[in-house]
Amino acid sequence: MSKGTKLALVFGSVPFLTLVFALPLVNRIKPIVLGLPFVLFWIILWVFLTPFVLMAAYRLEKKFTRRNGKGES
Amino acid sequence: MNTALLIILATIVISAAVGVYAGRKVKMNLENWTVGGRRFGVILIWLLMAGEIYTTFTFLGASGWAYSRGAPTFYILIYGTLAYTVSFFILPAVWRVGKRQGLHTQPDFFIHRYESRGLGVLVAAIGVLSILPYLQLQLAGLGLIVEVASEGAVGSRSAILLGFVLTCAFVYTSGIRGTAWVSVIKDVMMIAAVGIVGIGVPHIYFGGFGKMFQALMEKHPGHLTFPGATANMDVPWVMSTVILTGLGFYMWPHVFSSAFSARSAETIKRNATIMPFYQIPILLVLMVGFTALLVIPGLANGDMAFLELVRRTYPSWFLGFIGAAGAVTAMVPASVLVLFAATLLAKNVYQAGFAPRAGEEKVLVLSRFLVLLIMVLALFLAFFFPHALVNLLLIGYDGVSQFFPGVVLGLFWKGVQRRGVVWGLVIGFVLAAILVFSRHDPFMGLNAGFIALTVNAMVTVLVSLLGRSRQRAGSSP
Repeated sequence: MSKGTKLALVFGSVPFLTLVFALPLVNRIKPIVLGLPFVLFWIILWVFLTPFVLMAAYRLEKKFTRRNGKGES
Repeated sequence: MNTALLIILATIVISAAVGVYAGRKVKMNLENWTVGGRRFGVILIWLLMAGEIYTTFTFLGASGWAYSRGAPTFYILIYGTLAYTVSFFILPAVWRVGKRQGLHTQPDFFIHRYESRGLGVLVAAIGVLSILPYLQLQLAGLGLIVEVASEGAVGSRSAILLGFVLTCAFVYTSGIRGTAWVSVIKDVMMIAAVGIVGIGVPHIYFGGFGKMFQALMEKHPGHLTFPGATANMDVPWVMSTVILTGLGFYMWPHVFSSAFSARSAETIKRNATIMPFYQIPILLVLMVGFTALLVIPGLANGDMAFLELVRRTYPSWFLGFIGAAGAVTAMVPASVLVLFAATLLAKNVYQAGFAPRAGEEKVLVLSRFLVLLIMVLALFLAFFFPHALVNLLLIGYDGVSQFFPGVVLGLFWKGVQRRGVVWGLVIGFVLAAILVFSRHDPFMGLNAGFIALTVNAMVTVLVSLLGRSRQRAGSSP
């Protein structure tokens, strides 16, 4: 496994950590953020951030793959 | 003729016409029909996948869950996001194998990877058994939406008949390309509909999202944290359910195959990074369900919350627009479900199981014939035995998720063996069925399908390791 792929996997674990394994900690109404109960705010936050996390993973993976001279279509 | 009716009928007919037109200039062979010649760029793939994913459940079910169950409905926001993350890592590899070997379907993948046509037939059988009830659900949703939205002017049966026959027409002529192009209409309409209603109703009745939630928290304090209004959908249930559905999502045969339609592995990867944005419409659908709970409490069927609230809030032509959007939202997934049910039966049951020498042309002819046969059968069931497949629907997700170990280990672990995959799959599927049908889902607070998938993965790995060590022992003198 290339270094880029490993880094991408670390990034890919973020939604699992925040949206699955953190749930027992965030299952609460308060504090209310932006008018939303906290658990819903937390879920929306990470649903919105995940595409950016994945884009970062994509960039990093590509950067390292290219450096190793194994670029592919 | 009233305006609502006109909007609904025009949308159905125009969508189908676009679908037929989409395939007009393409010389139809199995490759073009099932995977669009592997030429779809990021936008078409996005539309195709979104088209498959956002079904009538998005309209009715998600808001219905928000209405009657509360917080557990948040699982829908989560699992999609997890599924796209998983797809980022596995679909490009699926695409590469597909391209190299010329695969069209999910059972093709199993046949190729595990060198077993029998396993292909098994995977195809489970796939079709999971697809058909899902198709019935789309038809029922189509009928319901159009009947309510036209305020009875078009009956449920006429809506299903018209919508589904036209859907099958564009599947027959254009294959997957038709689905992708009709998705354009569907997406524009659905996003407009959900955007207007989802932002509209909380503002109209409460003056904003925050105030709506405030009212909801005062009136139903437990509704917005797990387990909401349910007894057994607490945090462990949510965690196990989002893992199961997040991993299982791309294991649906029709969703799996959409990866093959991409132009390149790169396309798939870039698509995966933007897919989570598609969760926004779902969020708005949930807002409608929550608002409905405050404005029109006490509905017998929570799935009616969305339509009922729209009916009370907006003029009838707008209700017609919602009906039209709902109709296409059913037609698009229905088209791809029919397409792959037919292809799985023709290519992976008939050809792989009984006639290995049948050529691709013959498989395409048979697939198209099966589209018509499935159409007649599905209409017959929808009209006369609408509840015949309801039980199968309960284990649809649990069933297809059991493909996950075979796919992922097959892609990334050389040591996985056919025997392990077969045992894992069979044990996982049977265990899920036993738990669900004996009403033990959730089981000890966890999603039954998740338990089955865990057992399946362990069996697959253990049997494969045993097989390897036995081979090693056998090969050494």
